[in-house]
Amino acid sequence: MKQFLRVAWVVMRKDLTVEMRSREIVYTTVFFAASCVLVFAFALVREGRPLEDASAGILWIAIAFAGTLALGRTFERERHTETLRALMLAPSDRPAIYLGKLLGVLVLMAIVEAVLVPMIGLLFHAPVFARPLWLAALLAAGTLGFASVGTLFAAMLVRARSRDVLLPVLLYPITIPVIIAGVRGTAAIFQATPDEPMARFWTALLVFFDVVFVTLSLWTFEPLMTE
Amino acid sequence: MEYDFDRLVVDDVSRHFGRRRALTRVSLTCGAGTILGLLGPNGAGKSTLLAILSTLLAPTSGHVRYGTFDARSAGPGLRGRLGLLGHDLYLYPELTARENLEFFARLYGLVHPRERVDRALAHAGLADRADDAVSGFSRGMRQRLALERALLHGPRLLLLDEPFTGLDDASGHALVSRLRGLRDEGAIVIAATHDLDLAEGLLDEVAILREGRLLAVPRASGPLRERYRETLLAATPTAAAPSAREERAR
Repeated sequence: MKQFLRVAWVVMRKDLTVEMRSREIVYTTVFFAASCVLVFAFALVREGRPLEDASAGILWIAIAFAGTLALGRTFERERHTETLRALMLAPSDRPAIYLGKLLGVLVLMAIVEAVLVPMIGLLFHAPVFARPLWLAALLAAGTLGFASVGTLFAAMLVRARSRDVLLPVLLYPITIPVIIAGVRGTAAIFQATPDEPMARFWTALLVFFDVVFVTLSLWTFEPLMTE
Repeated sequence: MEYDFDRLVVDDVSRHFGRRRALTRVSLTCGAGTILGLLGPNGAGKSTLLAILSTLLAPTSGHVRYGTFDARSAGPGLRGRLGLLGHDLYLYPELTARENLEFFARLYGLVHPRERVDRALAHAGLADRADDAVSGFSRGMRQRLALERALLHGPRLLLLDEPFTGLDDASGHALVSRLRGLRDEGAIVIAATHDLDLAEGLLDEVAILREGRLLAVPRASGPLRERYRETLLAATPTAAAPSAREERAR
């Protein structure tokens, strides 16, 4: 177990070091997510008054779109240099490689969310700091569910010719429950009077999805990656 | 070493990609302290065979045995005894030479990674460029670094796909003596190459592939280039005849 976690840590640290040098994924995903929110703001905010209950949905749409971009780029890098093969050759359990890649994606998505949440609060008057811990829990659980499936699919599709098209086509239908739970839970805490029992329910559901998705991904990574 | 081995046996291995047959019933054996040259024209199946030997690709039929182990049952432990220098060099261009090697040293769980990396950088002749990003390196420098990456963990079986690509004369000869040193230490080295001049005198055994099939190689002495040409000509009588006629006409 210690070796498993060590390998995951080494892979994550490498991914973040590469990203710190190029800043390619952070810049593109943050810019894309911010543009997405701005487009919705132009469309849905009239005379300074946003459409009621729109903020939670827009937040999660922006997270899903930006996350897809980050997932694709992370593995595109490994494909470009063929380094995924070198990772697969390492004398460690291959799911540890998956976990390392997943952790790297989670850090990148957390950076995007750190920019998105205040933007949503500012443009849609959403009470993002009313229940910060609940919001953080929902975002963490939802992002993990989305990224766990996304990392598996992105790794699987790395050699597919139309991977850029296939990734969202495969990813969104499977992660719809995560997006719905995220939207409903976030909407519950963005209400004028936050509905904590409802937020708790949706967070618990997200944690359930996380357990299922992460377990299945760890289990299927090795056979799916064997050519 | 738990998963160490001193013999590699390829037994009737075939690999198909859809309807295309990349390898057909290839069998060969290689013992410790041997350098086997894998020769053949482009598309002969050399890289596919190396990928199968490295456990990255599963054969469609047949078996590969590493001593008493096979890839499926031995898994990660066996992978720790293999080193692969692919045609793509498996290096991160954004990272420095040192960071690349340190990453792989930690991935392989090596003890004293820094000392090993320093030694590897010295072997590659890149000690003074250790902290430069690999993206600024020439192909030859990358090739030398990639070879050290493949050797970092002291593999028993070293698989090299076109190891002389991009190397200047001095680096090519340095690689030849490095490979001889590895052979003397008991490594099994399998190198796919087109550079018959550098391979001459280095290879202990030769296997020639053509269209996925292993051809019989004459044991007779003589220059490698000649043996290679004769083997290919003998294996393709219909194609060889016109080209031989053309040669005579010329």
